[in-house]
Amino acid sequence: MNSFPAASAIATIVFVLCLITTAIGALIAVLSMRLIRSVCGLAICCIGLAGLYYFLNSPFLALMEILIYVGAVCVTIVFAVMLAEPEEPATHEKPAAAGFWGGTALAVGIAIFWGIGWLGTREAWSSPDKLTTDGSIQAIGRSLLTTYSLPFELISLALLVAILGALAIARTGRSKA
Amino acid sequence: MSSLPLYNRLDLYLITAALLLAIGVYGLIRRRTLIGMLISGELIFSAASLNIMAFNRFTVHDPTVGQIFVLFIMGLAAAEVSIALSIIVAVYRNYRSVQTEELSELKG
Repeated sequence: MNSFPAASAIATIVFVLCLITTAIGALIAVLSMRLIRSVCGLAICCIGLAGLYYFLNSPFLALMEILIYVGAVCVTIVFAVMLAEPEEPATHEKPAAAGFWGGTALAVGIAIFWGIGWLGTREAWSSPDKLTTDGSIQAIGRSLLTTYSLPFELISLALLVAILGALAIARTGRSKA
Repeated sequence: MSSLPLYNRLDLYLITAALLLAIGVYGLIRRRTLIGMLISGELIFSAASLNIMAFNRFTVHDPTVGQIFVLFIMGLAAAEVSIALSIIVAVYRNYRSVQTEELSELKG
C-alpha cells in the first residue's frame, strides 16, 4: 500500500526505538543517583513518549509533549536543582533501611506492572465500527472552542493561579539583602 | 491480531504505560529527595497520558476527546510542577535541605 520500499519495516524499527527510548529514559530518571541525570532521563523519556504519540495518530500532542515537558518542565526542574540542591549529599540511610525500602519499592513496582499488564492484555479490546471525527488538528481546535471551551478557560485560570501562587510561595522568606 | 504491524497493536502501548507507572511508583517510594519524587510523579502523569492516548486511538468513536484530555493533563502537570518547585525552593530556604528525612519538626 506504500510506494516507499520497506516503509512498514522502517516504521516498526522507529517504533521500537521509541519504546526503548521511553523505557531507558524512565529507568535513568529513577535509578541514577545524581538529580541532574534523572532530569535528563525524564527528558529522554518524554522524547520517546512524543514518538509514541506520533504513532498514535496525534502529531499535535507529540509537539506539545516536547514543547511542554522537555522545553518547560525539565528546564524548570533544572532551575530548581540549581537553586535548591548544589550537590547531591551522600545518603545517610542505614543499609538495612535502604534494602527494606528498595525491596518494598521493587515489589510494588513489579506487582503494578504485572497486574496492569495482565489486565490490559487479558482480552481483546473492542474497536469502534466507524469514527465520527478524524482526530485532526482542525477537529481538536473546533472541539476546544465549542464543546470544551469551559474546561479550556478553566485551565487557563488554573495556570494563572499557579503562576501567582508559585511567585507568592517562592518569595516569602527571601532575605532583603 | 499478531498480523498487524507492531505500532498498531494496543497491547504494546498498554504494557509500556504499565511499565512507566511501575517505574514511577518505584521511584516515588525509593527516592529520598523532593525533586526526585517530583520527577517520579511526572513519570506517573506520562503513564496516564499514554494510556488515555492508546485507548483514544484504538477503542473510541471520537479521537479528539482523548487528545484534548491529554492536553489538559499536560497543562495541569505544568501548573503542578511550578507550584511544587516553588514549595521546594521555599523549603530549601527554611531547612537548607530537600531530603525528606530531615523535614520533620513535630518530633517527640
